[in-house]
Amino acid sequence: MSGPSTYVPSSAIGRWFESRLPIMGLMHGSFVAYPVPRNLNYFWTFGGILSFMLGAQIITGIILAMHYTPHVDYAFGSVEHIMRDVNWGWFIRYTHANGASMFFVAVYIHMLRGLYYGSYKAPREVLWILGVIIYLLMMATGFMGYVLPWGQMSFWGATVITNLFSAIPLVGDAITTWLWGGYSVDNPTLNRFFSLHYLLPFMIAGVVILHVWALHVVGQNNPAGVEVKNIERDTLPFTPYATVKDAFGLVCFLIFYAWFIFYAPNYLGHADNYIEANPLVTPSHIVPEWYYLPFYAILRAIPSKLGGVVAMFGAIVILAFLPWLDTSRVKSAKFRPVYRVFFWAFVLACVGLGYLGSQPPEGGFVIAARLLTIYYFGFFLVIMPLLGLFETPKPVPASIADAVLAKNGAAAQAHS
Amino acid sequence: MASASTAEPTRRDMLYIATGAAAAVGAGALAWPLINQMNPDASTLALASTEVDVASIPEGGILTVKWRGKPVFVRHRTKKEIDEAQQVKAADLPDPQTDQDRVKQSTISGAAHPEWLVVVGVCTHLGCVPLGHQGDFDGWFCPCHGSVYDTSGRIRSGPAPRNLDVPTYAFTAATKLQIG
Repeated sequence: MSGPSTYVPSSAIGRWFESRLPIMGLMHGSFVAYPVPRNLNYFWTFGGILSFMLGAQIITGIILAMHYTPHVDYAFGSVEHIMRDVNWGWFIRYTHANGASMFFVAVYIHMLRGLYYGSYKAPREVLWILGVIIYLLMMATGFMGYVLPWGQMSFWGATVITNLFSAIPLVGDAITTWLWGGYSVDNPTLNRFFSLHYLLPFMIAGVVILHVWALHVVGQNNPAGVEVKNIERDTLPFTPYATVKDAFGLVCFLIFYAWFIFYAPNYLGHADNYIEANPLVTPSHIVPEWYYLPFYAILRAIPSKLGGVVAMFGAIVILAFLPWLDTSRVKSAKFRPVYRVFFWAFVLACVGLGYLGSQPPEGGFVIAARLLTIYYFGFFLVIMPLLGLFETPKPVPASIADAVLAKNGAAAQAHS
Repeated sequence: MASASTAEPTRRDMLYIATGAAAAVGAGALAWPLINQMNPDASTLALASTEVDVASIPEGGILTVKWRGKPVFVRHRTKKEIDEAQQVKAADLPDPQTDQDRVKQSTISGAAHPEWLVVVGVCTHLGCVPLGHQGDFDGWFCPCHGSVYDTSGRIRSGPAPRNLDVPTYAFTAATKLQIG
């Protein structure tokens, strides 16, 4: 979408460097001159927010690793040492722990934005799939990070999640033993989780670069869901327009994040994780971190061990097939009145599954979880393919400029 | 690539195949140590057995012993609990097994000892530790996902696929139990 770089460094040194490594031109073309659709709303600021959160997690994580000890005898104590003795340790740890939650808040908004405006549809399939890969890596990273404090929820969460692999026929037990490095979650497990928890964010950063690259090849989707036809009329340069919008969105998000850090730092955690891990006593009610709860509810809704595991992983993997499951020619839900209803029902189903995942698996909770699980899969496998055939979309604007003028045209006329 | 169309294999084709084959074998040979290092190490394997004195367990009591990092339940069963476990028809169970098969030593003699039940205290669903003397069959109840085990440690209801595992063990003396 971006044409040949027109970047010309102003200084002689800049020109000397640019002719040897054109990295400034690459940055300029990607984040200054890059054309963005002029109708983007605030839901489009979450890509920038997510990039910030990845950076924040890496920086706070590297600092925590300077004070943390990945050993079953010392891990829990070293986290308390960070909280009580290390200068500003409490702040850095709360920033990191709540940062993980904020990262997921942002990624869920980002994903639902894509789902609402059809951002996964051609030509953005590869861009979308790279996003699903980032999400999977985030889940693995978050899970392993939660194990490191070696509290009761750390230990038993790790036990339940690694036992999921034992459901695989024939080789399941061998895989589980291999993951543990023993016959239960123990010191070798903690050590390798620490190693991988340090590695994965950098893998995420690598896939983020591919994600942004793919984005800049096909261009951004936008609320109207029509492609850019005329760069002059339909787009604005990234800087200052998108830069300042992203920055403002980020500041608002950081206020929300800071509120958790300073006023409710443990609200999103679980009290049992302040009890040191005990392999002989299971807490009466094991729950994962909130961002996994919908998938945990799906796992427990299926009355079979292997079936539950397949459904849980299937619920994530199915996202990668979205570009081909949605048969509608119209991207944005703004012009899809029926899809819009099913979309919001899907959002409610996810929230409902999240609630059910936090409740004990008994009676009515299990029945409700089964119904919502059916809707979750039905939305992707039945509603999306059929709706494209039966729904009559509303007329789509001819161009992004037309969409903007239809909304703000009258006001613009009055001012001129 | 003029040589690509000639019928006669060239020396370069030979080099391609030989190098490719060596690289494939080399990559495989190199991958194994990198993968296998994650399996249980020698020090973990060395802790594979543990000894317990069971004399202190009263009738009806359950002793929890740590073996290979996980709990093992040694249950001194009462007459009533033994009868309940034996009267169930194995064929009716989700994982059919008679009580007699679950309370014998793993040595050659295989002597039965119905008063002692030795099982790994890890739910076969997702690995939680079940609670003793609870559930509909007064055996164990798993608080995580609701699996119910009877006084023989057999799965009776809930999502767990198998009975509680019976570890390898033997009584080395009247009250000396060696697990593993």
